[in-house]
Amino acid sequence: MSVTAPITLSARNLIRRFGQREVIHGISLELRHGEVLGLLGHNGAGKSTTLQMLAGALLPHSGQIEICGFDLSRQSQNAKARTGFLPETLPIYREMSVNDFLIFAAKLHRVPRAQIADALSETKRRCGLQDNGGKIIGTLSKGYQQRVGIAQAIIHQPEVIILDEPTVGLDPSQIRDIRTLIRELGNMHSIILSTHLLGEVESICDRVEIMHHGRLIYGNSSTKMQQYGCQPGFIVTLLAPPALSELQAIAEVQQVDQLSASQFRILHAANTNPSAALLALAAQHGWQAEQLVPLRTRLEDVFMQITQDDKL
Amino acid sequence: MILTIAHKEFRSLFVTPSTWLILGALQFILAWFFLARLDAFLQVQTQLAQLANAPGVTIAVATPLFGTVAMILMMLIPIFTMRLIAEERRNQTLTLLMSAPVSDSHIVLGKFIGLMLFLLLIITSCILMVLTLAAGTQLDTGLLLTNALGIVLLAASYVALGMYVSSLTAQPVVAAICALAIFFGLWLMEVSAIENDNIWRSLTPTSHFQSFNNGLLNSTDLIFFLLFCTSFLLLTIRRLHNNRIYS
Repeated sequence: MSVTAPITLSARNLIRRFGQREVIHGISLELRHGEVLGLLGHNGAGKSTTLQMLAGALLPHSGQIEICGFDLSRQSQNAKARTGFLPETLPIYREMSVNDFLIFAAKLHRVPRAQIADALSETKRRCGLQDNGGKIIGTLSKGYQQRVGIAQAIIHQPEVIILDEPTVGLDPSQIRDIRTLIRELGNMHSIILSTHLLGEVESICDRVEIMHHGRLIYGNSSTKMQQYGCQPGFIVTLLAPPALSELQAIAEVQQVDQLSASQFRILHAANTNPSAALLALAAQHGWQAEQLVPLRTRLEDVFMQITQDDKL
Repeated sequence: MILTIAHKEFRSLFVTPSTWLILGALQFILAWFFLARLDAFLQVQTQLAQLANAPGVTIAVATPLFGTVAMILMMLIPIFTMRLIAEERRNQTLTLLMSAPVSDSHIVLGKFIGLMLFLLLIITSCILMVLTLAAGTQLDTGLLLTNALGIVLLAASYVALGMYVSSLTAQPVVAAICALAIFFGLWLMEVSAIENDNIWRSLTPTSHFQSFNNGLLNSTDLIFFLLFCTSFLLLTIRRLHNNRIYS
């Protein structure tokens, strides 16, 4: 994904009220081609509402949504033909067979009649539904129903795919399959997905937006998010450690803490890295360097920290 | 796009066993009624032959048959219309249609046409039953055609009203009961009116069906049915649109 990739979805100042209560307070989002954006947040933060608005199932009270240059309120048919949406509750007709349902979804999204057969087999292959085409959806397990839900959202090759908690209720191996599929789809389409599983964000998203009480409070790439509020540093294991002062003497090292007999936490400034110098010294003096692990905060901590910060 | 939805709606009716059961039972009842009327007609036929301007078999058999069909449709249609929108809303499948590139009017018209196609099956089978008489006697085609048109228009107005009721709630059963109550109310309004030109009476679909049933093709009745259908279809479209704003 490059910064110059075309913007496929942009939302500006979305506001949504339920009754008198305003639940979404002016959200703005942008999504580029080939990007996977994760929308993180507590329950009731407004993730689903936002995604429903982006998919056109709910109208925002004010604000503008553009999909591939088409305004969602004025040229809704063109805009909606370019989005695929998987809502939180699966929109599947339980009494239909998988094939019938997917063909219906394809027709509904204006796939030309001649291409429907190809689209159907391609989508079934991608979602691992080849052997289930004739089965009635209601008889499938939850995991397979979820796949049907995803298949329904991608059968018309939309530019923008909107997934609301795509891996909820799946077993670990299914979660892995679905994540691989999302990652694969993310190369050719833009994907926006909501989740409260932080591991999901770590493994599949390029970018993260955190929602809290109907506002976007933090947005960055998911690797940057892991460095949020954490001083750069690493933990080094030296089997034959020197005196603490010798480590402190290395250029650019700001602080050294001894964690155990052989483990040291070394903190340094943000734009420098003394690890090479340290390893060179270790080799020279025979400190028997065994392990050097960069300090990483867990995403959970970062998430908690960011949402806490907002409360203050 | 309308036809895609209509086709899906039509097919989904036939995957539930209850539809087949209703179709079978209905056919049985109508055939029973048809044969009973025919039997009664045959018994009085010799006396009728002595009259100067005797009523034919069409008016003696077909007219009451279609009158019964009208009554049965009144009770039957709520069972089918209740599902149309309320069930989709309850199962949250409405989101699929809402986020698809189809307008609200396409959704409503598609569902309307889908159910009408199904009801046309019932009506056609009924007409076919009467047409079997053509093997033995001359039928009054005009009377038969106005009856058929009348029953189609009556069914259409019931479906439009039933679908509107269905669009108001997320509980199919509530939709069915409310629609049935409204249909009964309209029917009571018709039968309880004493004078023929009562304004209340002219508001009810069944009274306008009466003239079709008697073989009268009146433009007032035609316009009434068209207005009735259009207004409830428009109300349903509006209701679906509001769904995107308020729900």
